[in-house]
Amino acid sequence: MQEMEAVIGLEIHVEMNTETKIFCGCRTAFGAETNTQVCPICLGLPGHKPVLNQKAVEWHAKAALALNCEIAPYVQFDRKNYFYADLPKGYQISQFFYPMGINGHVDIEVNGETRRIRIRQIHLEEDTGKLLHMGNITASPSSLVDFNRAGVPLLEIVTQPDVRNAEEARLFLQKLRTIIQYTGVSDCKMEEGSMRCDANVSVRPKGSDILGQKTELKNMNSFRAVTRGIDYEIPRQIDLVLDGEEVIPQTRHWDEAKGVTRAMRTKYLATDYRCFPDPNVPPFKNDPAWVEEIRQSLPELPDARYARLVKEDGLPPYDAEVITASKAMADFYDQTVALVKEPKTVSNWLMGEVGRCLNTAGKEIQETALTPKHLAELLGLVKKGVITGKIAKDVMDEMFRSGQDPETIVKEKGLVQIADQSELDPVIDRVIQANPKVVEDFHAGKDRALGFLVGQVMKETRGKANPQMLNELLRRKLQG
Amino acid sequence: MLNDARIGRLHELLESRQISAEELITAVLERISTLETTLNAFITITPEQALADAQTVDASIARGEAIGPLAGIPVALKDNICTEGVRTTCGSRMLEHYVPPFSAVAYERLRQAGAVLVGKSNMDEFATGTTNKNSFFGATANPWSPDHIPGGSSGASAASVAARQVCLSIGSDAGGSVRVPAAHCGVVGLKPTYGLIPTDGLAECAPSLEHLGPLTLDVTGCALALQVLTAGEDYTAYLGRDIRGLRIGIPQEYLEQADPQVRSLFDSAVQMLTGLGAEVEETSLPHTQSAPASYFTISAAEAFSNLSNFDGVRFGHRAEARHLHEMYRKTRTEGFGPDLRRRLIFGTLALSADHYEEYYLNAQKIRTLVCRDFDQAFSKFDLLLTPTVPTPPPAASLGQDELEMRLQGRYAMPANLAGIPALSLPIGFAGELPVGLQLLAPSLGEGTLLSAAYALEQLVGFYRHASKI
Repeated sequence: MQEMEAVIGLEIHVEMNTETKIFCGCRTAFGAETNTQVCPICLGLPGHKPVLNQKAVEWHAKAALALNCEIAPYVQFDRKNYFYADLPKGYQISQFFYPMGINGHVDIEVNGETRRIRIRQIHLEEDTGKLLHMGNITASPSSLVDFNRAGVPLLEIVTQPDVRNAEEARLFLQKLRTIIQYTGVSDCKMEEGSMRCDANVSVRPKGSDILGQKTELKNMNSFRAVTRGIDYEIPRQIDLVLDGEEVIPQTRHWDEAKGVTRAMRTKYLATDYRCFPDPNVPPFKNDPAWVEEIRQSLPELPDARYARLVKEDGLPPYDAEVITASKAMADFYDQTVALVKEPKTVSNWLMGEVGRCLNTAGKEIQETALTPKHLAELLGLVKKGVITGKIAKDVMDEMFRSGQDPETIVKEKGLVQIADQSELDPVIDRVIQANPKVVEDFHAGKDRALGFLVGQVMKETRGKANPQMLNELLRRKLQG
Repeated sequence: MLNDARIGRLHELLESRQISAEELITAVLERISTLETTLNAFITITPEQALADAQTVDASIARGEAIGPLAGIPVALKDNICTEGVRTTCGSRMLEHYVPPFSAVAYERLRQAGAVLVGKSNMDEFATGTTNKNSFFGATANPWSPDHIPGGSSGASAASVAARQVCLSIGSDAGGSVRVPAAHCGVVGLKPTYGLIPTDGLAECAPSLEHLGPLTLDVTGCALALQVLTAGEDYTAYLGRDIRGLRIGIPQEYLEQADPQVRSLFDSAVQMLTGLGAEVEETSLPHTQSAPASYFTISAAEAFSNLSNFDGVRFGHRAEARHLHEMYRKTRTEGFGPDLRRRLIFGTLALSADHYEEYYLNAQKIRTLVCRDFDQAFSKFDLLLTPTVPTPPPAASLGQDELEMRLQGRYAMPANLAGIPALSLPIGFAGELPVGLQLLAPSLGEGTLLSAAYALEQLVGFYRHASKI
């Protein structure tokens, strides 16, 4: 049987974090009451005139540069004309003929190999409004429209058909999200719709350079949905081809509940959007000095940061990857290391205890009360022997909850380590007296006996006994 | 009071308290109501607000405050200029009951200057046409002869100034819509440099071609209005200047189809300018003949897109329908008139993937050539001089199609393609009907335009004639 391969191109929409919309001064905050963030411009009322948001253009350049794009010297906004109730003007303003970001790429690691996914273009456009229905669209007696989202600046990132499977798509999207989050241009939350991904999927005999008929997968609202959608679609198409049937070029809707893709509309006739230059938005030329200025303003990006953490901080590659996956985490790491100068210890804590707290709380590190200064202080307390490592974990829980500094917590809860022989001696004596059988076992050469006695002392001191001192004292008393 | 309704004169009367703004507005409102049955120049009249605004101006004068030249002056706005709280219809059923929630910048500036809005002018539907017959609210008559058209699409704007219903009208001009009616009605009409008057709040069809412009009885009034509308310089400073040595070019392409009566008036105006010391010379703008095709294609393409917001979803007419698609179709079929629909369909074709290059792209290339024609001409000349319209105003009895076929805007359209300023000045009569000539200047050359127009006006003095109605 002929071996088949999939050819996948992704189209990702990313909503920008700008305070105001792309052509008017309306706010962009997510979750506002319906139709409260609107004006004559984003409602497309007669006589409205758009004014381009300079910040959106700057951020567009920033995102494009971060994704290794060239910044086109000439940029033009065009109208993409079609009727739909969520589209106020009857056209969407987008960069159709002269997009600003072109010829970029993102490298991903697949099974230890670097794969380059090329980006054809990144253009800036406006988002549409949202249709609201009671229940599902077919049963609802009416359609309502919320225009709060209409005019929110949107980046559309179009890849070349370089993706071969669902895993590559997922890795690419994660890397893309990380990079864009690093630039601060968007928070890329798929669940809030600030990042949306469509996939163009086709299959062909492996090694062929002819593209098969493609379908466009939509409505994949999470990384998992993208993976599942593609994993469903590829075998569906391969089965069709191997059965001698044709793949119908169409838009297919991912049904999350049923785990299938479903045909929405057939694309035999491509929609004619009648694109032409928008006469209301002047085209502009990009000054190379301005582009350079934007380039200089870019933060250290994930790949560079990863390399630095491995090379300069001596972190294992795995640690560096986990730490740099989120800009907030990497910033937290850098700030903590600047204070305690022990990269691996900091990394262990962030990936271990801090990670555990974050998972339990379901939060990102920037959403918690924890600060690099407090973590550094905590590590300092352990290092100086003020508290034991075990106690430190409890203190971490408390810091995470309350945002209090570790010293206060340690003081208030009386968690200071007991490293004073005169305090430990009576406890050890009591434990030895109370456990004659175990002491006998110890003398009989059973190692476990010592551990039991240590445990008993720890229990009595509520974990505060300095472990080394305790071990030493106990051993001395038993042997002495 | 309204026999000589030039803005400058009325301003003097107001300032010297010989008349009050309330008296002026009352007189104007009376004149409007007397003439409306014949002229039909207004879609909406705003008497209460106008009188209240006039009283505000009077109070200001009574307090001894200095007033600007437009304070208390009655103004009409073409009904595609948005006025907050006052219905704005674009001459269309689509917006029969539409009241905008915001005002055009131009209107805000006029209000700030104390000008008094008395009503909204009739117009060809969405500025589609050069006859003013193409309005959902009925045709407007030419005040010099009701059997003739006033021109369009700002026909009623010109007619109401000529008939002394107002002293200032603001029209819009995408392909001669201010200048053609100005010529047909015997008033001064200016289309300034593209963008000089902001078009925010102008519900237009073709943004790349559209301009706002004042229509007045005389050049001085035009200069006064322009200063307010542009929030710019004092254009009256250019009036009364010596025009000796001014280099004026006469592009031959603009005379080829000119009616003999128009031609002879034009020639006499040229003699006057020569007499004033201007250096007049023939020249050529070789792409003039292609300009109308370029204009019609671009304006239709832009209109197709620009009027897509009229879908019945958020405002304006909405037809009863069973589903979304039917709602669009019925709303737009019922709301838009046949001429406009035809234009939109042509625009749809001109931008379609199969015809984009043939129509839209070629039209844009011609536009570039027309601009180059002007660039070359203005390297040799300070101004260009042409008739505004090839003929005197046509009879209203002619069919709409036949009227449009006459391409009354053909001499006006090139200035819209190039965005350069152009002014129509009345220069005499063909029988009892007015005829205008057009002055063209390079971008931001309004000063030169006004200066030459004023010099010529001193000799012609057309504003001294009163229209028949």
